[in-house]
Amino acid sequence: MAADGSLAVSAASGTGRASSLERFARRRSTIAFLMTLPLLVVVIGLVGYPAAYGIYLSTLNRRMTGFMEGDWLPTGLGNFEILFDSDTFWMVVWQSCIFAISAVLLKALIGFWLAHMLHHIPTKGQRKWRGMLLVPWVIPPALSTLGWWWMFDPSYSSINWILNIFAVPAVPWLGEPWWARASVIIVNVWYGAPFFMIMYLAALKSVPEQLYEAAAIDGATSWQRLRYVTLPMMANIISITVLFSLIVTFANYDIVRVLTNGGPRDLTHVFASYAFQVGILSSNIPRGAAVSLFMFPILAVCAFFVLRGVTRRNKEQM
Amino acid sequence: MAEVSLRRIVKAYEGDVQAVKGINLEIADHEFVVLVGPSGCGKSTTLRMIAGLEEITAGDIAIGGTVVNDIPPRDRDIAMVFQNYALYPHMSVYDNMAFGLTLRKFPKAEIDKRVKEAARILDITPLLERKPKALSGGQRQRVAMGRAIVRDPKVFLFDEPLSNLDAKLRVQMRTEIKKVHQTVNTTTIYVTHDQVEAMTLADRVVVMNHGIIEQVGPPQELYHNPATKFVAGFIGSPAMNFIPARLEETSGALRLMLPDGATLNVPEARVARYRSHAGKPVLFGIRPEHLTDDKPTDKTNPAPLTLTPEVIEPMGMETLAHFRIDGAEVSARLDPATPAAVGQPLRLIAHMDQMHIIDPTNDKVL
Ligand SMILES: Nc1ncnc2c1ncn2[C@@H]1O[C@H](COP(=O)(O)OP(=O)(O)O)[C@@H](O)[C@H]1O
Ligand SMILES: [Mg+2]
Repeated sequence: MAADGSLAVSAASGTGRASSLERFARRRSTIAFLMTLPLLVVVIGLVGYPAAYGIYLSTLNRRMTGFMEGDWLPTGLGNFEILFDSDTFWMVVWQSCIFAISAVLLKALIGFWLAHMLHHIPTKGQRKWRGMLLVPWVIPPALSTLGWWWMFDPSYSSINWILNIFAVPAVPWLGEPWWARASVIIVNVWYGAPFFMIMYLAALKSVPEQLYEAAAIDGATSWQRLRYVTLPMMANIISITVLFSLIVTFANYDIVRVLTNGGPRDLTHVFASYAFQVGILSSNIPRGAAVSLFMFPILAVCAFFVLRGVTRRNKEQM
Repeated sequence: MAEVSLRRIVKAYEGDVQAVKGINLEIADHEFVVLVGPSGCGKSTTLRMIAGLEEITAGDIAIGGTVVNDIPPRDRDIAMVFQNYALYPHMSVYDNMAFGLTLRKFPKAEIDKRVKEAARILDITPLLERKPKALSGGQRQRVAMGRAIVRDPKVFLFDEPLSNLDAKLRVQMRTEIKKVHQTVNTTTIYVTHDQVEAMTLADRVVVMNHGIIEQVGPPQELYHNPATKFVAGFIGSPAMNFIPARLEETSGALRLMLPDGATLNVPEARVARYRSHAGKPVLFGIRPEHLTDDKPTDKTNPAPLTLTPEVIEPMGMETLAHFRIDGAEVSARLDPATPAAVGQPLRLIAHMDQMHIIDPTNDKVL
């Protein structure tokens, strides 16, 4: 009897302990934390740590034996001071902005135009065309840029060959600064426009057909329907895609590296290729880190305004 | 202000689906016409062809005397209210209503006057600054109507405007639409699958089925004199009973023989009309409200009939009783005081003045 009783008590206390542990594990906040843990690890490991390390690196001197001294900026900001005083660096800033803004605008316009065309062909043919138009985006850009490089080649340029047929003089695609800049933009647009196209196509499909019908009855021409229905309805997708593409394009590396390698005379460098040139090729890693850190404030300002607009529109509509 | 005429309108979709099979319809100025019929009968297609949203395969549509076949929607001077309202989500209520006028380059002051006036009629003045997202279904419906009213078009088109509302709001908005029509008096074409909506709103009802017009007429006429079995069964709720029967002639009088052996005398006034069908099978059509309990009545020509209820549904103001005659379902509307019970034979009266006889070979009402 006594043995039975004590056994019963210990069994009961055992389940009591197990259930409190179980309750802890079942708490929603615990589960939520455990489920986000892998993501936290990834973000900290792949974003947080490298960013912090990059900031640390940018404060070091060339041999990385101590902080970089500055003349008028505090110790540790010497690399930035040198960049501020460097004409080449300001050229790179300017160049990166020109490159990113014109490439993103062109990609957005061409992507929108393609999406509109696709949207108006019947579903059966649409899949085929969509697949073909996506090809530039799925080829690794380093490879496709090599193809473009060959087409731009001074002696064997197939583009020049075609131009010659129409009696247009040969173009020094990569030899002359403005043409080289244009070439980089052309290749980037060719590579990036399909991404805009696919995003805009999805957005176009999500605009209810009846809004167009209502607008047509209200008296809108097709141009006015685009202006007053399509564009406002797509505003969020457009701004998010532009922001996303701006970030990626700003940090673009492979196209410049393969096509011009910054030349002629460092006139086509953008942030990433210049950071590579300074940091790796000229073995000044801290200064390279300082160059690449410079993108951050510029992009942060863009992101702030774009996302604020998105949040505002989200609150008002939908 | 305008009349609308449809002349031999045909609509064929790809794959030879004929949604509308050559319909003719004349709609007078200021008239409120309702197209009603079951889902898929071609009502929306007809309305959308009038709006110019759908191409016409054959025939002519004229608005205010002008053939509009090749005129785009924006130049037809029509306004349309859609089932899901189709409000522009990024515009305020005010801008939604003003949009059509802005596009037509009306002066700001005139736009403001019209929008405020429409908002007053529809009782949505406090909502003018809101976005559609912040409105209830009924309020969105009003805005959609406001958008149509401010335009002061030749014709209003409505495509099932109340179908997305709950039952109570639907009744309320129905009255509202009727009031608005009485105020602005614009020619209106209204599509619905709900015969109650059609009966209550219309000056004339157009009953459609399978892409053709079955009958056109004022609501009372469709109710009392349906032309076909379809119209007889579609108009009225609960629906008319159809009982297979035989017409027998004995010494100049006609009698209806029901399959359960009951015989009903055909009123003398109708004998001449049906005589040619004597001896043939027919369908006996009688509405539940004309099949009532046996009580002294001022109606002439009552015919007694005894049936056994299978289901009894007390509704409060009346009781519905359901019977079966040789497989055909039959219902009757009883006085709630009648002691009816399932399985207990019940003596009923068929009001033969209100009955219809249908030729089963072509489904025409004789
Ligand atoms: N775009 C279309 N393509 C092919 N068939 C259609 C199309 N629109 C409607 N239909 C067909 O036409 C018929 C009538 O449709 P509709 O006018 O919408 O009917 P309802 O009376 O319910 O409004 C239906 O059978 C429908 O399937
Ligand atoms: Mg419909």
